[in-house]
Amino acid sequence: MSSCHGDTPKASLLPNPNILPPRPAGERPIIVAIVGPPNSGKSTLFNRLTGLRQKVANFPGVTVEHRMGKAKLKGHQEVFLVDLPGVYSLTPRAEDEQVTHDVLKGARADFPKPDAVILILDVTNLGRNLVLAAPVLSLGLPTLILLNMADDLAARGGKVDITALAAELKSPVALISAAKGTGIESIQQFLLGTAARLNAPPLRVELPILQSVPECRKWAANLGKRASYRPPAPPIWTRRLDGVFLHPVAGPLIFAGIVIAVFQSIFSWAKPIMDFLQAEVQSSGVWMKQVLPNSPFSSLLVDGVWQGVGSVIVFLPQILLLFLFIGILEDSGYLARAALIADRTMAKFGLQGKSFIPLLSAYACAVPAVMATRVIENKRDRIATIMIAPLMTCSARLPVYTLLIAAFIPNTKLLGDFLSLPAAMMLGLYVLGFVAAILTARVLKSSILRSKNTSFVLEMPPYRWPTVQSLSLRLVDRAKVFLRRAGTVILLVSILLWVLAHLPLEGGKMATLDHSYAAWLGKAIEPLIKPLGFNWKIGIGLISSLIAREVIVSTLGTIYGMQGNEPSAGLHAALHQDLSTAGAIALLIFFAFAMQCFSTLAVVKRETGGWRWPAFQFSYMLVLAYAGSWLAFHIAQHFLR
Amino acid sequence: MDSGNTSRGASQQTLAELRTGQRCILDRLDLPEDLARRLMELGFLPGNEIVLGRKAPGGGPRVYRVDGSEVALRQETAARLYVRRDPESDLIVLP
Repeated sequence: MSSCHGDTPKASLLPNPNILPPRPAGERPIIVAIVGPPNSGKSTLFNRLTGLRQKVANFPGVTVEHRMGKAKLKGHQEVFLVDLPGVYSLTPRAEDEQVTHDVLKGARADFPKPDAVILILDVTNLGRNLVLAAPVLSLGLPTLILLNMADDLAARGGKVDITALAAELKSPVALISAAKGTGIESIQQFLLGTAARLNAPPLRVELPILQSVPECRKWAANLGKRASYRPPAPPIWTRRLDGVFLHPVAGPLIFAGIVIAVFQSIFSWAKPIMDFLQAEVQSSGVWMKQVLPNSPFSSLLVDGVWQGVGSVIVFLPQILLLFLFIGILEDSGYLARAALIADRTMAKFGLQGKSFIPLLSAYACAVPAVMATRVIENKRDRIATIMIAPLMTCSARLPVYTLLIAAFIPNTKLLGDFLSLPAAMMLGLYVLGFVAAILTARVLKSSILRSKNTSFVLEMPPYRWPTVQSLSLRLVDRAKVFLRRAGTVILLVSILLWVLAHLPLEGGKMATLDHSYAAWLGKAIEPLIKPLGFNWKIGIGLISSLIAREVIVSTLGTIYGMQGNEPSAGLHAALHQDLSTAGAIALLIFFAFAMQCFSTLAVVKRETGGWRWPAFQFSYMLVLAYAGSWLAFHIAQHFLR
Repeated sequence: MDSGNTSRGASQQTLAELRTGQRCILDRLDLPEDLARRLMELGFLPGNEIVLGRKAPGGGPRVYRVDGSEVALRQETAARLYVRRDPESDLIVLP
C-alpha cells in the first residue's frame, strides 16, 4: 500500500504543471484546500476564515468528512475553502489519507481538483510537521505554508526565519496564530492572488523520496536548520497538568469527577431554561386557540404543529449544554488523556482507548459518534464501536426520559440534597446504556468481530484554552441540525400524526381519537406491547418514534392535546391515564435499548458500506429492548404492588 | 518491517523496559509495516532519542517523548521497539 505514491521518482522535481487543466473563467469558483497534520489548528483556521458560511459534508462512499466554506475576501472574488482530514502523510493507507490524497491529486470524480493548497503546520514542532510539506509540494499546486501557533513558539523561546524557509521551499511562508487571529492578512493576500497564480510556471524544489519516512524526516530537519529553526522549550504547563490528570490516583478520580459534573450540570443548569420554554409553548398554545377561530385548521396548527414541534424544541438548551461540554473537553486536549486512562478498561471489553472518544460523543448524538469512529484504524474495533454507540444515552432520549421521570418518579431525596430519586433514575438509565454497550462489545469482540490484539497509538496534544469562537461555532452548528430536524422530520410526523388521529371523517365530522386511523394502528400492535404494560396510545407513540426517539414526546403531545384536555393540564397528568408506574419504567427501558433513529441507521449503512450491519444492529437492539422492558415491567409490578 | 541494522540479540532492551524519565536511542521497529510506518511518522525513527514521560494510571499505555511531541503506546507495542541505552544520560531529571 505504502508504495502507491509511486509517481514521484527519486529526488523528484515538481511534476509538469499541465496536470492543471486550463480553466475557462467563470466555469467554477476557485477552490483552495487546507491540509495539515492532526492538531495543527486546521479547523480553527478554517473557522476563522469562513465563519458561519460553512457546511459539513461527507464524501460519498467513504466515512471521511470534509467541510466546505466561502472565504471572507475583500472585493467580489469568491474563494471556496475545503477543510480536508488531518494527515501525517499522503501515503494512502488509512481512509482519511486516501481521501486527502485523492482530492489533492484530482482523482475523485465527485470533487474538483483544488486550485491551490494552504498547508498549515504546527511551528512548535516544525521538524516533524515539515515532513508533510514534501508530498504536498510535489503536487505542483500553488501552496501557502502557514506556520501556526507562532505565539506559542515565541512564548517558549523558539524562533524561525520564514524568509529563508520561503526561499528554500519556493513558496510563501507566514507565521500565524489561528486561535488569536494574528497573521491572517497573509492568507487573504494569497487567496486574492490565487486566480493570477493559476498559470504561473512551476517551481522547482528539491524533494526527498516520498516513500521513505527517514529520508523525508532528514529533509525536513535540514530545511529547519537552513531556516535557523530553534525549537521551543518543552510545554511546561502541559507536563504539569499531565502530572495531575494522568496521576495514578488523582487521574482516574478527576476523570470520574468530570463525567459526573458534566451530567449533573446538564440537568441542573438547563432546567430553569427548559421550564421557561415549556411554559411559553403551553401558554402560547392556549393563546392561539383563543385567538384563532375554532376550526380543524386551528386544531392542526395548535395541537399538531405547535404542541408537537414545541414539545421537542424545549430540549434544545440541554442538548447544547452537552455539546458545549464535549467541545470544551475536546478542544482543551483533555479527551486524548481520557482515551489514555480509558484504554486499559476498554481493552477488557475488547475495545481500545480510541473507542472512548466516539462513545463519549454518543452521549450527545450517535450520528457524529459513528462518524468519529474513523480515528480507529482497526476495522473490527471500529465496527464494534459503531455497533454499540447507539446504546449510549444520546440526547434524543433525554426528552423521553425527562418526561417520563418527571411524570412518574416521585421527587424523594435519597442522599439529602445531593441525589434525588429522579436524578438517580436518570443516572441509572445512563449507566444501563453504558453497561449494555460494553457487554455487547465484549460479546461481539469475542465472536463475530474477534481480532488479534490491536495497537493503541495516540499523540497527546498540548493543553490549550478552548476558544469562544470554536465553541460557539459548534453550538450554532448543532442548534441548526436540531432545529432543522424539528422543522422537517418532527414537523412532518406531527402533521401526519394529526391527520391520522383525526381521520376518517364520521358524518362530516372528524373522528375522535378512539375511532381514528392512528388508533387502528396502535390497536394493531397492542397485543405485542401489552405484555410490556403499554396500551395502544403508547403504541402510536412507539410507531412514530421509529423515525426518531424524541418524536414520541410530540406524538403524545398531539394525542393528548386533542383529547379536550386543557393544554396547560400538561402531558404529565394525561400520561397517568394510560401508563402505570411499572409501565413507565418499562417504557424507559425500552427507549434505553431500542434503535429508534433513522439518521443513525442511515449513517451506519454509509460507514459500513451496506445494510447488513445496520439491519443486525436494529434487530439485536429491538430484542434487547423487548426483553429488557418485559423484565422491567414484571419486576416493577411485583415491587410496586 | 525491520529498520536499522543492529543484529537481533535476545538480550537487547526494548522500549517497554524503560523507567520513567529514562532516555534511550531507538534501534529498530519489529512491527507490521503499517504500524511501523505510522510510528515512524510520529517520530519513532531509528536513531531518534526517546524518553519515557509518564505511565498512564493502572498500567495502561505509556507516554513517550519523541521528536518534539508526546505519543502514547501500549506496552505490547513498546515491547517490539528495540532500543540502546546510554547509562550516563539518566542523570537528567525531567519535570
